[in-house]
This record gives sequence, C-alpha cells and structure tokens, in this order.
Amino acid sequence: MNSAVRAQDSLSWTLVFVCWLLATVAMLGSLFFSEVMGYAPCILCWYQRICMYPLVLVLPVALLPFDRNIVRSVIPLTVVGTLVAGFHTLLIGGYIPEDMKPCTQGVPCTELHINWFGFVTIPLLSALAFVLITALLILAHRRSSP
Amino acid sequence: MNQKNLVLISAILLVLAFIVGAFVYRGQKADAAGQAYQRDKSTYVRPYSPSHGNPAAKVEIVEFFDPACDTCKEFYPMVRDLMAKYPDKVRLYARYTPFHPGSDTVLKMLAAAGKQGRFWETLEAVFAAQSSWAPNHQPRPELVWNHIGGVGLDLARLRSDMELPEIANMIQQDLADAKKLNVKATPEFFVNGKPLPTWGYEQLRTLVEDEVKSAY
Repeated sequence: MNSAVRAQDSLSWTLVFVCWLLATVAMLGSLFFSEVMGYAPCILCWYQRICMYPLVLVLPVALLPFDRNIVRSVIPLTVVGTLVAGFHTLLIGGYIPEDMKPCTQGVPCTELHINWFGFVTIPLLSALAFVLITALLILAHRRSSP
Repeated sequence: MNQKNLVLISAILLVLAFIVGAFVYRGQKADAAGQAYQRDKSTYVRPYSPSHGNPAAKVEIVEFFDPACDTCKEFYPMVRDLMAKYPDKVRLYARYTPFHPGSDTVLKMLAAAGKQGRFWETLEAVFAAQSSWAPNHQPRPELVWNHIGGVGLDLARLRSDMELPEIANMIQQDLADAKKLNVKATPEFFVNGKPLPTWGYEQLRTLVEDEVKSAY
C-alpha cells in the first residue's frame, strides 16, 4: 500500500515537474520575443504573463518536497491564463471582430509577430501551454494521495 | 538523479539555452543589419545628414540624438574621443530625433545652422548650455538663442531658414527613419548599420573597434 502510494505520488511529481518545465519554457520564450527580438508585448500578453510567470517560481516550491495542494493554489491562474490566451488566439485569428478588442491604444493585440506553418501564433502557443499545464495539474491532483 | 538535482539542472539548462539563443540571435541580426547597410544606407543616412570626419572613412557611426537629452550631451565628447583614436577611419553622422517636446524647434535651428556650414559648432554650443535652456528635461527653445551668439552664425538668416519646409521635412524624415530602425531612446548608435548589442559606451567602443579592425 505504502509503496503504491509512493509510486502514484512519483507520477504526480513528474506531472507537476513537466508543468514547471512548460511554464519555464513559456516564460523564457516570451522574454525572448520581447527582450531579445524586441517585440513589444500587448496588454493581453501582459495578462497572460501575469498568469504564467508565478508558476515558474511557485511550482518548484511544491516539488521539493512534493505538495499536491499546490494544484488548488495555481489552478485559478492557469484557468484565467487559458481564457485570456484563448480570447487572444481568436482575436488574432480574426474570429472575434476588430471592434471587440479591448486594447485600442499602445500595441495592438492583433499585431502578428510570428506565423509558423500558417497558423502557429504566439497566443496559440500560450493557449496550448496553459491548456496542457491545467490538464496535467488536474491529473496530478487526481493521481496523488491526499 | 534525485528530484532536487533534476529541478536544478533543468533550470540551469533552460537559462543557458536562453542566453546562448539570445547571443546567437543578436549576432545573426547584427550581421544581417551590417550587410543590409552595405547594400542600402538610405534609412541610416540621408543626403542632408550632418557628418563629421573623413568622407572616405570605412567605419560610419550613425547617431540618433536629441539636443535636450542629457545623455546625448554626455556622450558627445566621448564619441569625439573615440573618433580621435582612429583618425580618418571613422565618420560620424547625426540624425534628428526630437523625443522631448520642444526639441524639434532646437533641431530646426541646428539644421538651419547646417545650411551655414556650422552644424557641429552650433551643436556644441547648444549642448554646453543645455542645463540653461532645458532644465529638468523641460526644453524652452526660445532660450537657445542666448547661447548660440558666439558661433558665428547669421542669426537673421537662421531665423528665416529654420521655417523652411525642407527643414521640417528633414526632421519628419529622420523621425520616420528612427521608427523604422526601432530607435526608442537617445542616443542610439549604429556602426556600419549594426546596433549596439546592449546600450552603453563600452559596447559602442567595442563595436567601433571591431569594425575598424575588420575594415582596415
């Protein structure tokens, strides 16, 4: 029983670790776009950063040693991040009309900086990261012993 | 490998990847900018841009400056010293970048002084008196007149010249070029088209040194 529990927690640890890797890659990637390539982040990008960057610092605290309760704490961030990133992806893809965009001053949120393979944009990468992190965190919470 | 080491090593590897990536990206971008500059300099230098130094120099510094910017003033003698280190090998071009309200008027004076062949002398006088006419980043262009009397300008002609549309057009063009080259602060330098890797005098000195080495 005890070793089964430990094996389960070990899987959960790995899942949270992968979430931290994803968040860190997302953070460094967004910093590369803004600080190295010089693309100014728009307001929606900043909201996504607000939801993503804390994960990079907070998740390791729950990894050493493992603490499943972290999932409850960070899920609000990843859910809000998913919503903002989803909205941004639809906006940049043209599925939401121009006049609905919340930012008219400064950097327009519809500005397209990258377009890999004709459909991969920065907000899409962000949305993917948030969805994956949210899913893996929920899985980690379900699989771990209370 | 235990969990602690796994987290630590991952963090170090990711940060290293970022730093190496940034280094490689900047290097490639600088090379591309240098090549683009050799093909077409028009965004960097306009025919009317004031210049100083040997016209045949193979290393060209383009400086976007604002007469009310105190860092531009601080940099000016340093850039001159840098040029003196490589006599006849470095040429300096000035571009008008009115980022302070009121700077455009001072730049019109400078451009009109250029029509009398006294751009640099006037610039030096304007910089020397900067704290008097632009205290606390609040330019008061009308005060500049008190400080350019000793330059040997025909001031009546300067007054009428600075209202010429061609002078206003130069400043508009320079601002448009600054935007195109992503100049967001002054002073901003390009050495043979290459931007500073990060902003700073040491970086400028190194870039000029490297360009002189590879050109001569």
